[in-house]
Amino acid sequence: MSAAALVWHQFRYDQKTFWRNPASVFFTVMFPVMFLLIFELVFGNDNLSGLHVNTSTYYVPAIITFAVVSATFQNLAMSVTIDRENGLLKRTRGTPLPPWVFIAGRVGNSIVVAMIMLALVGVLGRLAYGVEIPWDRLPAVLVTLALGAATFSCLGLALTAAIPSQSAAAPITNLAIFPLYFLSGVFIPESEVPSGVIHFSEAFPVRHFFQAFFHAWDPNTAGAGFEWGHLAIVAAWGLAGLLIAARTFRWAPQSS
Amino acid sequence: MISISGLRKSYGDLEAVRGLDLEVRRGEIFGFLGPNGAGKTTTVEILEGYRSRSAGEVTVLGLDPARATRAWRERVGIVLQQSKMHPELSVTEALQMFAGYYREPRPVGDVISLVGLDQKASTRVGKLSGGQQRRLDVGLALVGDPELLFLDEPTTGFDPSARRHAWEVISNLRDLGKTIFLTTHYMEEAQSLADRAAIIVHGTIVAQGSPDELSRSSGTGTEIRFRLPAGVSAADLPADARSGASDGFVTIQTGDPVRLLNALTGWALQRGVELPGLEVGHPSLEDVYLELTSEAEE
Repeated sequence: MSAAALVWHQFRYDQKTFWRNPASVFFTVMFPVMFLLIFELVFGNDNLSGLHVNTSTYYVPAIITFAVVSATFQNLAMSVTIDRENGLLKRTRGTPLPPWVFIAGRVGNSIVVAMIMLALVGVLGRLAYGVEIPWDRLPAVLVTLALGAATFSCLGLALTAAIPSQSAAAPITNLAIFPLYFLSGVFIPESEVPSGVIHFSEAFPVRHFFQAFFHAWDPNTAGAGFEWGHLAIVAAWGLAGLLIAARTFRWAPQSS
Repeated sequence: MISISGLRKSYGDLEAVRGLDLEVRRGEIFGFLGPNGAGKTTTVEILEGYRSRSAGEVTVLGLDPARATRAWRERVGIVLQQSKMHPELSVTEALQMFAGYYREPRPVGDVISLVGLDQKASTRVGKLSGGQQRRLDVGLALVGDPELLFLDEPTTGFDPSARRHAWEVISNLRDLGKTIFLTTHYMEEAQSLADRAAIIVHGTIVAQGSPDELSRSSGTGTEIRFRLPAGVSAADLPADARSGASDGFVTIQTGDPVRLLNALTGWALQRGVELPGLEVGHPSLEDVYLELTSEAEE
């Protein structure tokens, strides 16, 4: 089998295990949809002071940001750690499958789930809340999403080395990422977050990915919608994650 | 198939394997026995290419496993002591996933029959019993049609009937011409499956040979056992047998079984008593193992 066919083979089984696992479907697919419905319900349709969009428009790209990070960073950090502790990574390492193919299948699975979430939340936003889908800025939307998904996949794989056991996977992953959703203006509109807090959140990649994605989705954006400055910072985080993962990734169970 | 000389492995100050020499021939089931912590898993993982060694020469299928290639992995099947397949896949799907990793896999249906999971082919892995999951592990190791198979404690935690079933599966593999390196701490398992066995204690081999040779090699000779007949006390027994009586049983180890048996049966006929449950045998591999491991402990 060619390398591409082998990646496709691995990807197909990763898709099967993903969609058949109730926990992964709930946390990755249902959670963002639920958050969109709740935020829209609670915060209404008011215009946000200092921003040129209403809450409906604000929350669609915000929840897509959350969904993409969830499908990549959280999903990989948890599922890869659990498979490592179950001995499945070690077992796979004992077959002729090249290790990079295994990783590529997993990352590919995460990126495809992120794409599905983009479509799902985008269509829901359009139908339920009348938020325009930015068809003319689609290249910027897709490039931003792909770069973000790749970066947060690398960071998720890098985090696995810091998770010592199966039971520590969910707490460590959520502790690493959930505060950033609140601090970066993803869950709470940035006009409601103190500017010092927003400034602090700029030290982390969630804020930059959100800004790039928000700009691409925002109906008021003129031009192609690429935020190259933010994208460069996101890419730098991804590269750092990749280098850390390459040095620290473990295939054997760490607790026994 | 496997050739090891002077193998050593240290973790800091701890020497887990201290100068091991071993040969495994093509087509045999080789039993690798030893108590927990004796260095069994460390040795197997060096042979499988998972661990590096501190010193010595190791060749597996003509290659140093520390430099395992993809082609070498095509020829080796591994059953780890612990590994769990995705519970979301069916037995067939799990095997198909692994089959896709190999150039010339064995047909998945054949593998399912070989490990006795025909009734469970479309059952999700998460719904299998422990014994069935372990048989699936063996199936996953076989699906690449390997020449050499490593089984690390394949029946630990099994009930007796599941263990018998697993043994059948393993002896079927011998009929396919596979070479099997079987790690176990069940002596019965080695006795019924292994063509040759080695016993490792504290990182060194203390005995090596066929299970029969190992049994004979212990100095205890032939063992004669029976229950003390009713109404007879130990003092009434022939002189040679008196020391072996305790708690109503008599167990005697002797280098001259013919003469002792003659004395015992003559005595019994003369007194008109039976020798209930009379058995004459060699010490089992388990006795040898216990003897050797306790000697090494001292």
